[in-house]
Amino acid sequence: MNIADGTQVASHIQHDKPRGLARWLFATNHKDIGTLYLWFSFAMFISGGVMALGIRAELFSPGLQFWQPELFNQLTTLHGLVMVFGAIMPAFTGLANWMLPLMIGAPDMAFARMNNWSFWLLPPAALLLMISFWVPGGAAAAGWTLYAPLSTQGGMGTDLTIFAIHILGVSSIMGAINIVVTVLNLRAPGMTLMKMPMFAWASLITAYLIIAVMPVLAGVVTMVLTDRHFGTHFFNAAGGGDPVMYQHIFWFFGHPEVYIMALPAFGIVSQVIPTFARKPLFGYTSMVYATSSIAILSFMVWAHHMFTTGMPATAQLFFMYATMLIAVPTGVKVFNWVATMWEGAMTFETPMLFAIGFVMLFTIGGLSGVILSVAAVDIQLQDTYYVVAHFHYVLVAGALFSLFSAVYYWFPKMTGKMYSEKLGQLHFWWSLVWFNITFFPMHFLGLAGMPRRIPDYALQFTDFNAIASVGAFMFGFGQLIFFYNMVRSIRHGQPAPQKPWEGANTLEWAIATPAPYHSFVVAPQLEVGDNGVILEMKGGEHH
Amino acid sequence: MQGHGTAAGEESAAQQTRYFVPPPSRWPLVGAVALFCIGLGAAFALNGMLLGPLSLGAGVAILVWMLVGWFRDVIRESRAGSYRAREDMSFRWGMGWFIFSEVMFFAAFFGALYYVRVIALPELGDETHKLLWPDFNPAWPLQTAPGIDAVYQAMGAWGLPAINTAILLSSGGTLTWAHWGMIEGKRSQLAWGLGITVLLGMLFLSLQAYEYHHALSELGLSFASGAYGMTFYMMTGFHGMHVLVGTLILAVIWVRVLRGHFSEHNHFAFEAAAWYWHFVDVVWLLLFVFVYWL
Repeated sequence: MNIADGTQVASHIQHDKPRGLARWLFATNHKDIGTLYLWFSFAMFISGGVMALGIRAELFSPGLQFWQPELFNQLTTLHGLVMVFGAIMPAFTGLANWMLPLMIGAPDMAFARMNNWSFWLLPPAALLLMISFWVPGGAAAAGWTLYAPLSTQGGMGTDLTIFAIHILGVSSIMGAINIVVTVLNLRAPGMTLMKMPMFAWASLITAYLIIAVMPVLAGVVTMVLTDRHFGTHFFNAAGGGDPVMYQHIFWFFGHPEVYIMALPAFGIVSQVIPTFARKPLFGYTSMVYATSSIAILSFMVWAHHMFTTGMPATAQLFFMYATMLIAVPTGVKVFNWVATMWEGAMTFETPMLFAIGFVMLFTIGGLSGVILSVAAVDIQLQDTYYVVAHFHYVLVAGALFSLFSAVYYWFPKMTGKMYSEKLGQLHFWWSLVWFNITFFPMHFLGLAGMPRRIPDYALQFTDFNAIASVGAFMFGFGQLIFFYNMVRSIRHGQPAPQKPWEGANTLEWAIATPAPYHSFVVAPQLEVGDNGVILEMKGGEHH
Repeated sequence: MQGHGTAAGEESAAQQTRYFVPPPSRWPLVGAVALFCIGLGAAFALNGMLLGPLSLGAGVAILVWMLVGWFRDVIRESRAGSYRAREDMSFRWGMGWFIFSEVMFFAAFFGALYYVRVIALPELGDETHKLLWPDFNPAWPLQTAPGIDAVYQAMGAWGLPAINTAILLSSGGTLTWAHWGMIEGKRSQLAWGLGITVLLGMLFLSLQAYEYHHALSELGLSFASGAYGMTFYMMTGFHGMHVLVGTLILAVIWVRVLRGHFSEHNHFAFEAAAWYWHFVDVVWLLLFVFVYWL
């Protein structure tokens, strides 16, 4: 390092840790921004969860109990939008913000100031969505997919939703560009692409998917907007358009979006399982290729969401086989996780429990996905509760469980405190049991023909609905255990050691706990094994 | 070197041990407030509420303030030498991925155009639909629409659009000529090339505005003319907005050039603007082929 180098830049980097509200409002520190993302996402998880409980309360018994059908539809719509764009995606971005620089030896995210804009666009978008409940006509009620022609009708709540989606899109594209550039350009010497942690790989590929498809979503909701207000006929046959075209463009975004919510989960589990099995990740290279294959295939399967729209049989077959093909790389991953655990010296701390819960339940959701990929079966099950059960297995027991796993896993590094293991275990078992009580019966409801997105149902569906509703409320209350555990542990938790997990050997565990405010201000020299395992570290400078 | 940056030859990214992390900044938050006001205002304005235009106007004003302030900070940091080889590489990756996202945005509309032309319209004109709309002829360019009153003439390709194609292609040439000037240290060639490019951009926009006026008043072609009108205005409109933004960016770069910014080795802002301009150029070529010509 030459002298000019040090003096010139030091003044820029060593700005003190800002205090008070300004620290959060004007943040350029990846850890602060990551924290903002995670708390925001938890707030949205609670909001979306309250809407879910509103749905389950109404469905506890047949007949209309609490809400008019219009409000019920608004609740299902906003529940989906808030959970997808407000809870799951920002939570993964927040984790990437917090952990990526620590795991690859970078001083911060590549664009630290733009990073803050990515975050601060989320609250305004969430606010627009919430405001939409209170405007004339209420919130959007066309389902989170906003299908035309439902979405080209309706009140101004849909307009607010469209603009909220535009803002969310800007936020996630900037966040994704930041992640891609950080991973490609800011890895410490020795942290090569084919050695870096799976979490970095998963974040990189997820970010690529976001950059590729969020603009497509922005485009299609813009067409909805002009159909609504400027006289175009994109989704109206009278003018030469086609409502089915909406579904094609939407699902060209929507199916990669599914993997945007799943790939980071794969990355997290690929860090957690080796740590608690005390064995290297089995088949690291195949994991990288499997993740890439899933990303590529995700662009070619969108119309499996549309088997009942009257596609030609050839198209149905193509999309059916392409969809089944995704089970191959996904299967590679599941077998690799199991093989990692095979003959491992396993312990079952909370992060590991959630990771194993993820592998078990995500696989169930994946397999019901293979069932749904069969066009002939899907025509029966389209828009039934079987589909609802399927995607909640991959999104709740999949994405959400992996997020819990990650938060417990990295909590000591982030806060310098240990969480309560007893409460963590309680949270896991509580969530596991009530999750299954909520969503497993939905398979039966769907197979028996109960349609989704209805506030009332035929009498024969009563019992399973009642069970699901009880499960949902219990699952919901169980999340308060998590909240209590986090808040109490941040304040009064036991101090955490530098490396609380015996088997953890990636870069973030090689620095102090809690992570210094400015870590890797000077990049370390590394020797790295598969999956980011640090064999040797020289240098590195923190403040 | 004019006091900013180091030549790429002096220190490579691999030799650079520290990376520039900007200090806390208020601009992101200001930008978030701006987009909130714009989103809320646009939704209210579209539904005829008084608050709408006020909020929209305030949002745009705040956004402009933010953009000026933010870029001023970036330019100052650049001039102070904060950005070196590693940061330069980040900016290149970042701009490249941003343009990729723009490509995908236009892909959504090209997808809609192809879908309408290849799948939707032939079906709407087939034997079954003859029962519903006996007079509808699905041949492109569409002369009417199946179920709405739309009397218009399609826009020909070889009048103004061809001239505009020539203008944009030339502007790509003048910009590259300016870039050669930059690299060889010929500042006057740089300034002239850039200035002419900005003028060509403005000329393109003026002709596009005239073309819209012509289409609306003489051809009877509007946004509401069905599949032809909607794809025509949506795609050329979004392209036009990108030309406008590109022209503004190039104008800012031009002013910076006149003030003596940039050097032979250190001028990524110029290159980023050029990448963006060429991207907009390529989109136009596709538009010319698929919207105007074929």
